[in-house]
Amino acid sequence: MAKPIWISRDYEACSGCRRCELACSIHHDGWMWPEASRVRVFMPFPGVEVPHLCAQCRDYPCVSVCPVDALSVDDLGAVIVDREACNSCSLCIKACPGQVPILHPGDNKAAICDLCGGDPKCVDVCVEAGYDALTIVNEGPSIHRKLYSRHPVETAKDIAVKMFGEKGEEVIL
Amino acid sequence: MSPGGYAGKWLEIDLSKDRIEEVEYSDKMLRQYFGGRGLAAKVLWDKIGDKWAELDPLAPESPLMVYTGPMTGIYPGSRICVSGKSPISMGTVGSTAATEMANEMKSAGYDGVTFLGKSDKPVYLLITDEGAELVDASHLWGLDGETTLIKLNKEVTDELTKRKPNVGLWREPGSIYIGPAGENLVRNACVMSKVCHAAGYGGYGSLMGSKNLKAVVAKGNGPLPKVDAPESAKLLWRQTHEYLIGLSGMRRMGTGYAGYAVGADTSSEPIRNWQEEWHDEKSFGGPMFETRFWVKKKWADFNCTTNCMKVSCIKSGKWKGDITDMPDYELQAYCGTNFGIFDPADNIHLSTLCDQLGHSGINGPNSAAFGVELHQRGILSDEDFGFAPEWGNADHFDKILKMMAYREKIGDILAEGTYRAAFLIAEMKGLKPEETLKYAVHVKGIEIGAHGTRSDKDYTHDISYAANVQGGDHTSTTQDGYNDMSGAPFTDSAVFCNFTYYGVPQSLVFDFAKAITGFPINLHQWRSETGPRIITLQRALLMMGGPDLKWIPLKDDDNPPRFYEPLPSGPYKGKTTDRELVDTKLQAYFDTVGWDSNGIPTKETLKKLDLADLEKSMAKLR
Repeated sequence: MAKPIWISRDYEACSGCRRCELACSIHHDGWMWPEASRVRVFMPFPGVEVPHLCAQCRDYPCVSVCPVDALSVDDLGAVIVDREACNSCSLCIKACPGQVPILHPGDNKAAICDLCGGDPKCVDVCVEAGYDALTIVNEGPSIHRKLYSRHPVETAKDIAVKMFGEKGEEVIL
Repeated sequence: MSPGGYAGKWLEIDLSKDRIEEVEYSDKMLRQYFGGRGLAAKVLWDKIGDKWAELDPLAPESPLMVYTGPMTGIYPGSRICVSGKSPISMGTVGSTAATEMANEMKSAGYDGVTFLGKSDKPVYLLITDEGAELVDASHLWGLDGETTLIKLNKEVTDELTKRKPNVGLWREPGSIYIGPAGENLVRNACVMSKVCHAAGYGGYGSLMGSKNLKAVVAKGNGPLPKVDAPESAKLLWRQTHEYLIGLSGMRRMGTGYAGYAVGADTSSEPIRNWQEEWHDEKSFGGPMFETRFWVKKKWADFNCTTNCMKVSCIKSGKWKGDITDMPDYELQAYCGTNFGIFDPADNIHLSTLCDQLGHSGINGPNSAAFGVELHQRGILSDEDFGFAPEWGNADHFDKILKMMAYREKIGDILAEGTYRAAFLIAEMKGLKPEETLKYAVHVKGIEIGAHGTRSDKDYTHDISYAANVQGGDHTSTTQDGYNDMSGAPFTDSAVFCNFTYYGVPQSLVFDFAKAITGFPINLHQWRSETGPRIITLQRALLMMGGPDLKWIPLKDDDNPPRFYEPLPSGPYKGKTTDRELVDTKLQAYFDTVGWDSNGIPTKETLKKLDLADLEKSMAKLR
């Protein structure tokens, strides 16, 4: 049985290169497709970059809300989408505190990070480039992962203040 | 079905008539001109033809191109290419800026936009998967760059969310835009993106302003276009990044340490309008910027791991709240040393101010420093400025840059660009043009980048600018008519960044280009055929010039007078540009590309390059 893993995120370390999105979409869709990527980097102000991906909440509200049982959790702790079963209702997006899932721009089915079966491609390219904005951790029970599931623009507003001081309050509407 | 790497559709928008059409270009045309800089020159020539010299670039009928290339988004380092008849050189420039707008447009299914006409009110173009639409921009007109971008990000994201609320969170779009300088038709104003990035050379900010076009915004949800050999392309993509990840110096410092080094080491940094090129001001060292101001040290644009950008922010003192990049070397020089400023905070402020106003951070400040030297020489007076400008005084240059952007006092004349300002000031003061032109540091109207030729120790030499179809553009310098063809003429047409190119073996990049497009392309083919075709077309358009000026072959294929003055200080004191070498290499360059001794393309060359339709116009120039 595979050990659960989690992708840790360090927003300040993110360069905004978005190679994670390209690696993710190449793996899942066969070609570069940023908006189909299960990790998407938001940049509501230049320099303020927020990689946005599934936080693997302990209670998985997306899974419990799904009316057609299209979502399940595997041994790694990843949410697995049964694309045949998904009815594109988007309830999983609304149930997610950070509105992380997307409806895939190709087939309109829910798309959520599946941790690439234990070898996440986004982490590969991020670490390869020395950014370490996304890294794999085997986290202990004290990490409340769900707290990372926030609206990315709210996260960006915090980062902006940390980067730019008072001015940071004004750069994201 | 279009060749690989292309979305296959270009937008053509007549702003006078509110008409939006989709056009396609033939495979042959794409193979011959690729995209960006090359394709824009070709489309311009096809649209304007022999009437080129009569066309005022700021008239409504003057086209503005916003083009990607087949490699944009796929090859590392996403950029957009802006082009058209240049309001300052009267030729064409392929002016590029890093922006996600480029790959967003391709994801939305378009390779580029050609704008014609003039809108009767300020507008921006919004490109989405559903097509293109013109949106009222009255509320954005007059706003600085940063505020424009902040508002666009919010309102476009909100609008797209409203249209399609259930697909998940919408991300901010990609945008290019102009500031007040472009709106007020400052001739050398730039097109901006991401607060501090710019398509600087060419003056396309004023061309956008002349059309009442504030911004071009794109958000696409589709994949990047399909390529000819996807498996090879994916492998080459990883390989290219491996090279970029190995560029440790560029990744750590960008060009942000060069504001000290280029002056101290190679004596080729502009100081007080190029009166000197050497300094040893340790206050201006890289660590003085990094330690106090860099708040993000690894900042990259889409699909880039060179991450030469570093975000700077001033958090205390009189310029508190200013945000820009490093500044990079060019702006350290042009908003620093060339103003006699060696204080990092002052330099960051003036760089930020250029970004905010939409001044091209090289070209606008070049004109400002030119004005201040004319004051130093007693040609311009205190009254012309409204005060006595001093070198090294950041408040004074703050004022002058604003006077230019808002066209007040002498700023109104400096806003015509350095070359035209020289004539206007000479006329105003009853002088011969030579008396002001000798302080004007430009080639073909395009103010020169911050790399001198006198010490001969930088990468720029004798004919780097003199033979350049883009004049003083330091990103696209000339060398020998062969090796230089696969530099910027290629990257600006494939449309990706120079800094994701140099450091990667060129043969690998051309393999990548072939895997994307499927064109029978290689390094030699580009250097001997496609590159020369693009450059020959650009040369022809440049020498046709008009309507207010015409370049004289040989006389204007030269460096500015200042580059022949001996360096007055530093380890290379007394050195100057070798005029004999300039003349010899210029002829060798013309010969290699197949132009006559005046640099006019020969009939045989035009035929060989499939440019025979230029023959009539070139025959007149011969």
